[in-house]
Amino acid sequence: MASLWEYANPRKFITTSNRVLPWVGALALTSLSIGLVWGFFFTPEDYRQGASVKIIYLHVPAALMAINAWLMMLVGSLIWLVRRHHVSALAARAAAPVGAVMTVIALVTGALWGQPIWGTWWVWDPRLTSFLILFLFYLGYMALWSAVEDGDTAADLTSVLCLVGSVFALLSRYAVLFWNQGLHQGASLSLDKEENVADVFYLPLLVCIAGFVLLFVALVLLRTQTEIRARRMRALLARERMG
Amino acid sequence: MMPELGKYAVEVLSSYGVSLALLGGLGALSVVRAGRVRRQLAALEQRIRGNG
Repeated sequence: MASLWEYANPRKFITTSNRVLPWVGALALTSLSIGLVWGFFFTPEDYRQGASVKIIYLHVPAALMAINAWLMMLVGSLIWLVRRHHVSALAARAAAPVGAVMTVIALVTGALWGQPIWGTWWVWDPRLTSFLILFLFYLGYMALWSAVEDGDTAADLTSVLCLVGSVFALLSRYAVLFWNQGLHQGASLSLDKEENVADVFYLPLLVCIAGFVLLFVALVLLRTQTEIRARRMRALLARERMG
Repeated sequence: MMPELGKYAVEVLSSYGVSLALLGGLGALSVVRAGRVRRQLAALEQRIRGNG
């Protein structure tokens, strides 16, 4: 089996990702379509939350991906800091806009869900607040990449920012447990039967989560390829200018 | 076919509308930029090869 580090070679990464990208993309669209149609059209109302429960099929997968995208960026940043593989730094860069969009979806759908159920769009609850801070970290991370001209320096600085932001990524996941207060409930998905959502909502939710994960992977592969090509273009132009 | 959303129709439909628009927009932008950068790089490499 090929070593994982072979994919740190940009050419190898592009060749391999070109092979898997159509499959991952098609699987993502299929599972997202099935999950959302199933959840929207073919699930009953919740006895307490009525039809507003249908927002769960967007809110929970988007929130999961918002946090996990940052953790993926953390892994990419650590690999960059330790082993100086450009592909890992570029993959982290490629994932940031995807994670930011997931965070916006989680925040917007959360507000739209919270208004009729909690009676408010927003509250400075530990989980909501840490999620908002995570979104600001996403914006800062993307801004820092754009602001620093030298690619390696930008990768160094954004990697450090990513390490700091990971605190908020974890807080947004575990804030409910740490503070044990606020409006937001605990985990919707749990091995505890009492805590977990009912099966009738759970199965389409799992399909939607799979769809969001696959969509994230497809977008990150595509965007990483783009970042690799853009980096090569900058290098060629710089070489051309020098001589 | 449309499920009965009752008093939550605005919130549910807005959630789906905003989310699908954001995901679709992100996907479209990613594909368009990927194609543009690929073409630009190919043109640049060809020009450099041409210059010898």
